[in-house]
Amino acid sequence: MNSTPTDTDPGTGAGLGAETATAALALADDALILSHRLGEWAGHAPELEEDVALANIALDLLGQARILYTLVGDEDELAYLREERAFRNLQLVEQPNGDFAHTIARQLYFSTYQRLLYGRLATGDGPFAALAAKAVKEVDYHQDHAEQWTLRLGDGTAESHERMERACTALWRFTGEMFQPVGDGDGLDGVDRQELAESWLSSVTAVLRRATLTVPEGPRSGAWTAGAGRQGLHTESFGRMLAEMQHLHRSHPGASW
Amino acid sequence: MSGSTQWPLWEVFVRSRRGLSHTHAGSLHAPDAEMALRNARDLYTRRSEGVSIWVVPSASVTASSPDEKDSFFEPAGDKPYRHPTFYEIPEGVRHL
Amino acid sequence: METTAAAREAAFDTAVAADERIEPRDWMPEAYRASLVRQMAQHAHSEIIGMQPEANWITRAPSLRRKAILMAKVQDEAGHGLYLYSAAETLGTSRDELLDKLHAGRQKYSSIFNYPTLTWADVGAIGWLVDGAAITNQVPLCRCSYGPYARAMVRICKEESFHQRQGYESLLALSQGTPAQHEMAQDAVNRWWWPSLMMFGPPDDESAHSAQSMIWKIKRHSNDELRQRFVDICVPQAEALGLTLPDPDLKWNEERGQHDFGAIDWNEFREVLKGNGPCNEARISQRRRAHEEGAWVREAATAYAAKHSGDDSGGGSDAAGEVTA
Repeated sequence: MNSTPTDTDPGTGAGLGAETATAALALADDALILSHRLGEWAGHAPELEEDVALANIALDLLGQARILYTLVGDEDELAYLREERAFRNLQLVEQPNGDFAHTIARQLYFSTYQRLLYGRLATGDGPFAALAAKAVKEVDYHQDHAEQWTLRLGDGTAESHERMERACTALWRFTGEMFQPVGDGDGLDGVDRQELAESWLSSVTAVLRRATLTVPEGPRSGAWTAGAGRQGLHTESFGRMLAEMQHLHRSHPGASW
Repeated sequence: MSGSTQWPLWEVFVRSRRGLSHTHAGSLHAPDAEMALRNARDLYTRRSEGVSIWVVPSASVTASSPDEKDSFFEPAGDKPYRHPTFYEIPEGVRHL
Repeated sequence: METTAAAREAAFDTAVAADERIEPRDWMPEAYRASLVRQMAQHAHSEIIGMQPEANWITRAPSLRRKAILMAKVQDEAGHGLYLYSAAETLGTSRDELLDKLHAGRQKYSSIFNYPTLTWADVGAIGWLVDGAAITNQVPLCRCSYGPYARAMVRICKEESFHQRQGYESLLALSQGTPAQHEMAQDAVNRWWWPSLMMFGPPDDESAHSAQSMIWKIKRHSNDELRQRFVDICVPQAEALGLTLPDPDLKWNEERGQHDFGAIDWNEFREVLKGNGPCNEARISQRRRAHEEGAWVREAATAYAAKHSGDDSGGGSDAAGEVTA
């Protein structure tokens, strides 16, 4: 493929400005893709109670994604008919589940970010305020779930400690992206990214320390200057994930379900 | 192999709305009280069935024995004077 | 306060006959207890194994609405499994013991889940037919003589009707959709119809546990009775869907006021039960793998709880143990 599929003109949906639409799409993609990954756990969780908990989080995220997509256009068109390069989600959320420690580390990093971001959006009067006010309650719980498990895995057995260290370190390099601009402009109601990044780091650091885990060192984003998920550049497993997610919908063009 | 890893059992009580007392909803497994609360929230209130939850380790519940049913509960059966309908009130007297 | 064995047994029989509920600490015949544990365990196992064929489609659900519905449904099944294990535990059998027996193949689950979900329409067919059959079986269990089982079933039945309706709605959308979708729906119904009829168990004259279970009111209707009821319910529902049921002998019998239907292949039933279904091996190994791979997580949480058992935030039912929404 030598041409780069561009956005499916996300600015037309509900009269949002192009920057806001791009931001809505990015947040929606984050929520959908993470929800999809969590959905892969169904029937595989370490304990039945945890199957129920992960599904709850996945359902919250899917609900958020659907509201956000609707701000921009048709939810199913956006989810099922865009190419990989048009997805704006963070690379963090598309990372394969790995073991339970990887899933929890991903949850900790992402839900802390989402809680801080939505908390700020909820107090503004921008297009995301209403959605964020509802979502922040859900996300609070997701963050709590991740924190509880981080403590138990970090401060549990030698094996769990080691697995959790490994997971936190492995995903560390995807965490810088959360604080970079979404698209060209900044459709996120002028949330102060620098301040968001600092709050995130101090919150995550506090949890990791309590969990007796070391705060990873090293770069928090890749060296590729072309960018990452927000620029539609993803990791290799993402294409396969999308192929699975989209194939049925795409096999029956125009069908309703 | 797997036999040693089972988490303890907890009894779950849910207040379905304000003004009502907590009632027993069922049980679940959790490693500790904090997780038990969260699991209870996810399991027993996912259709908005509750506004408040208690969890109690099942091992901490002391129950009356069904063998003592007669001595425990029957003596209360012949004391109708504890119930308001025991008393006759002249017709027309209100607010009693 | 010694009670003689005979008096206890008489009290139990009287209570059951009078439709009173038996509660966990009541005396009960050993065979009643064993029968209940067996049935509740099998039922709980069915719920959690039953997650697999449907979870198979969560990642491929063709619309976001269907994806959300399916996720919620599979989650409910985990929940139902939990309610039922919880009911079984009131009789002093731990969930771990029951799971070990499942993993070792010493306890069964409903054979229906040993069939594969090959297309998206299978998810709809499971909702309509498999959950439909399950509800037909389960509604009478809400009045089962054992209290905890009956209470779990009340909760489950309420939630199951969502399952059946979403399945029906999903099949309807397919049936009324493109020709390819319609064909997908018909194909799924063709494959799931007969196994659904088998869910009611062997014919009454061959059913090993039926008679005693009826006396004990663990069971309220015979297998054949419930199967007939299900067939009679499904025929008009299939018509409304615009789909046919794959049985040339299916027709209304004016005299009986019920439908006649063709012979069930009980040989297939027995073979699948024995382990020769298309998915027996896959279902159990996925279950076992999830359990084994989760062991380190469960151990970690146990270790953490042991280390921190002293530092919880104080007792009292209105403090540490309470969350208020």
